[in-house]
Amino acid sequence: MSVLLSVQNLTKRFGGLVANNDISFDLKRGEILSVIGPNGAGKSTLFKLIGGFIKPTAGKVIFEGEDITGLPPHVIAERGIVRTFQETTIFKEMTALQNVVVAHHLQCHATTWGIFFNSRRAREDEARFRDNAAEILEFLGLSKVLDEPAGSLPHGYLRALGIAMGMAANPTVLLLDEPYAGMNPEETDQAVELTRKLVQRGITVILVEHDMRAVMRISDRIVVICFGSKIAEGRPEEIQSNETVIEAYLGREDAALGV
Amino acid sequence: MTPKYLRLATVAVALLVFFAIIPLAFSASPYVLNVLTNALILSVIASGVWLTFAIGRINIAQGAFAMIGGYATAILSTRYGVSFWLCLPLSGLVAAAVGVVIGWPVLRLRGVYFSMISLSITEAVRLAFLNGGEFTRGASGIINIPRPDAISIFGITLVPEFDGTSPLPYYYLAVLILTLTLLSLWRIANSRLGWTFRSMRMNEELAASIGVNVAKYRVIAFAICCFIGGVGGSFFAAFQQNIYPATYTVNDSIFAMLYCFLGGLDYIAGPMVGAFLLVISFELLHPLQQYQPLIYALLMIGFMLWLPNGILSLPLFERWMADTAPRPEEGGRAEPAGAVSKVSSTGRSGA
Repeated sequence: MSVLLSVQNLTKRFGGLVANNDISFDLKRGEILSVIGPNGAGKSTLFKLIGGFIKPTAGKVIFEGEDITGLPPHVIAERGIVRTFQETTIFKEMTALQNVVVAHHLQCHATTWGIFFNSRRAREDEARFRDNAAEILEFLGLSKVLDEPAGSLPHGYLRALGIAMGMAANPTVLLLDEPYAGMNPEETDQAVELTRKLVQRGITVILVEHDMRAVMRISDRIVVICFGSKIAEGRPEEIQSNETVIEAYLGREDAALGV
Repeated sequence: MTPKYLRLATVAVALLVFFAIIPLAFSASPYVLNVLTNALILSVIASGVWLTFAIGRINIAQGAFAMIGGYATAILSTRYGVSFWLCLPLSGLVAAAVGVVIGWPVLRLRGVYFSMISLSITEAVRLAFLNGGEFTRGASGIINIPRPDAISIFGITLVPEFDGTSPLPYYYLAVLILTLTLLSLWRIANSRLGWTFRSMRMNEELAASIGVNVAKYRVIAFAICCFIGGVGGSFFAAFQQNIYPATYTVNDSIFAMLYCFLGGLDYIAGPMVGAFLLVISFELLHPLQQYQPLIYALLMIGFMLWLPNGILSLPLFERWMADTAPRPEEGGRAEPAGAVSKVSSTGRSGA
């Protein structure tokens, strides 16, 4: 598998606090990579750095051979790295369908003037986005709530809606922020299946997650960070038996690992 | 009737009333026509502000851009002899250009910080014109701005010269400008552009993550707002034939914003409803004019408390609005237009 995304010596300091310290890893095309670590380890900071929402103090992010460090988020999304947020981050006052239609922004062929004058191309765009949005929502099992205001949807649906919006942006890499948080085991099973289906569609996935059981089941590889530094990287079974990881991070929670 | 046809019928009736019935009924009453013309153009100016509400910014700078438009018309027409009909769009463009330059850095601010800055823009622009030396003629302003001249093509007069004997031509022109403004805003609000703006109001970070160039789009919205303000200011300059640094003050910027609140931020007709209601009611209550700012302030507080979505959100108008955008769930509009948006949305996770 070829290297798609390469994080090289990424460091982020907030004043005296080192949120990310010299983190490096590679993401290969078509895999599922999980980033785990205790609360405050710097996982979300890492996501924000990759997505361009904050700029690193040092280090580089290389995507498809090009340096994308420090580019603004909309440019990084255009290149193909799309970040989904935790469940509450959706456009609450729009319907589920509108959320996903709006998220097709990057696939717009019409110009701003064309959109204003409702040109043929703008109408074609709109029709295409609606069809595609409906298809994505059906793929994620949301076709029943197309016209519901997004703000009134239950938790599980919200998370799927966030993923739907990410998919609408047609990403090469999808950054999923805690996709399984707050789910019961049954819902988690479905969500894990869903993540696999994303990969079958050709999307490469990085996810940040707390649910160890789900992470161990779904990940091809895992990166563990603790106090801002990478302490381990490897296949799930390697991580489960890694002394440093167990000591530094999972020491008292090894039952959750199933070891 | 479905809401869609009901709205079409309402628009048709409104056009008929404004273009035919009012001119017929009040052709002998210049006073009424002047008041209505005022209300029409204040509606135009406030409609621009409505668009900045759409991107989640409370804009108290519109007086500045009306003033820039007014001075552009005054200077172009008195000094360079440019026809009013050319001045009108040019003044809009000048205001929009200034809007882009000022807006680019300032629009990064949100919530109350943007409002504070925009308020001071109104004052800064007033002072700039006051101290503009020979170019703006300082406090004495620019007077004798020519009336709109005739438009004729191949010897056929399309628009006769505005000779000042009747305010009717100005009235018609104001109705036309407002119609075009509302039509443009309606197109924006119902196209992808409007949804992009709304998405930015709801969450700029999320909009950026799906590839929206947030900085660019908020400048576009602000520039359109300033263009509309500039056109309104240009009209007023030619209507009153003079302009002074005191023509637009902070009060005017605040009123433009207030009209939007009053009518309702969810509705394109909101600023118009607000402007007409306040302008006409204060003409009727002439003795109270000195208390106008006080009454406006009380009204504004009252509306924020009891009718945060404006007059058009009253059940009375429900039939017109039934199939428009979904209502916010938690009545979130009490914080105007989500302007105080959530900066941090990464609630309970780790770092």
